[in-house]
Amino acid sequence: MRSPISPAATLAVCSRVLTQLRRDHRTLAMLLVIPVVLLTLLWWMYDGDDQTFARLGPPLLALFPFVVMFLVTSVTTLRERSSGTLERLLTTPMGKADLLAGYGLAFGAVAVVQATVAVGLTVGVLGLDVRGPVWVLALVAVLDAILGTALGLLVSAFAATEFQAVQFMPAFVIPQLLLCGLFVPRDRLPEVLSAISDVLPLSYAVEAMREAQTSTSWTSGLTVDMTVVAGSGLLALALAASTLRRRTA
Amino acid sequence: MLPDLSFAVPRGQVTGLLGPSGGGKSTLMRALVGVQQVASGRVEVLGLPAGVPALRSRVGYVTQAPSVYGDLTVTENLRFFSRLLRAPSSDIDAVVEQVDLGDNADDLVDRLSGGQRSRASLAVALLGQPELLVLDEPTVGLDPVLRRDLWALFHRLADEGTTLLVSSHVMDEAMRCDRLLLLRNGELVADDSPQALLDRTDAADVETAFLTVVEARSEQRTQVPA
Repeated sequence: MRSPISPAATLAVCSRVLTQLRRDHRTLAMLLVIPVVLLTLLWWMYDGDDQTFARLGPPLLALFPFVVMFLVTSVTTLRERSSGTLERLLTTPMGKADLLAGYGLAFGAVAVVQATVAVGLTVGVLGLDVRGPVWVLALVAVLDAILGTALGLLVSAFAATEFQAVQFMPAFVIPQLLLCGLFVPRDRLPEVLSAISDVLPLSYAVEAMREAQTSTSWTSGLTVDMTVVAGSGLLALALAASTLRRRTA
Repeated sequence: MLPDLSFAVPRGQVTGLLGPSGGGKSTLMRALVGVQQVASGRVEVLGLPAGVPALRSRVGYVTQAPSVYGDLTVTENLRFFSRLLRAPSSDIDAVVEQVDLGDNADDLVDRLSGGQRSRASLAVALLGQPELLVLDEPTVGLDPVLRRDLWALFHRLADEGTTLLVSSHVMDEAMRCDRLLLLRNGELVADDSPQALLDRTDAADVETAFLTVVEARSEQRTQVPA
């Protein structure tokens, strides 16, 4: 990128996105309520079976922010591309990195709230057994949300309509969900699939959640997992930046 | 798209870019603001290559479709863009006044009529008092009174030293320009003042002048020996 991030432009983008989101009450409510309802549903399904809930809860805590932010971001960005506002933004002094960072910051802030609510419910009300500090779970959830945002920004470049953008969800997210260790532990997967799951960021996010749940203190495994998740997010953002072309045909 | 096009837009004047739709007006304007891929040729704006970062706060651009956020109010849109352009916040009230949206400043853009929306889009381009305004069909769908007011605004801005390039496919707007560029099928068929164009073609209005110019050109072409 030519210029470093300008804090003023980044904050302008961030507060604009938050203002738009604040006005959309229904989306905001769904962002916060859906994870709560689904986690409660899961807890209810395994009525009294705390062990299974303890096994499935953390991966889902990792999954919700990832999926939700992926969808919200890809549709929002697509709207920006098709409404002509992106073209106008690119004729202003704002850098491409400012736009992406602004989006990342705004959705990251939403993710903090969403993760706090979801983790608070799971641990505080539904009684998920967590050995370590609870804030680590929330931190992992926020990183997942940012990863979802970054991937959403990236795939929106390849979608021409909102329908296509939504279709990227099963294409990009469900394979990661299947291979992340939720259904079959990753080391018991067939060799090829296990190798594939090693390069999918959600695998590390789920592993980080498990790690945070079962260890009483910060572990080196946690550092590795979270670095991989954050690194994948940054990589996706960098790729997304290269898809934002100032000059188009 | 636009082969062999060469022209200069005089500073401090309103230059009209006219021609049928599909004639290349928007492509030309996008090239000037630096969002169009240009295969070859040189596009210079205010003495610099088009689209360079140094130009981005000096050139205002309005796309054909209003490009403002529908879920923000007029003022919120202007505040956002003024922060990006580093324009003083006093500009916000000033441009709202200029496009006559004072009564709608706090309305969501989605609730505005088409004409109001395109004026909101225009207001964004006026932020930071750009030296060059590139306006792609800014008066489409406006009633005659508003159209007259906007053209008065364009001339006021030109008198203050702003250079304006305004496209339109409505020929009767041509007479309001200081200078005309007629574009057809990506070819520049005329570059003149409106009066000179009328005199040269002996036509009563720009529409007729346009036809005369186009016909003269195609005759010329058929006379060229093979």
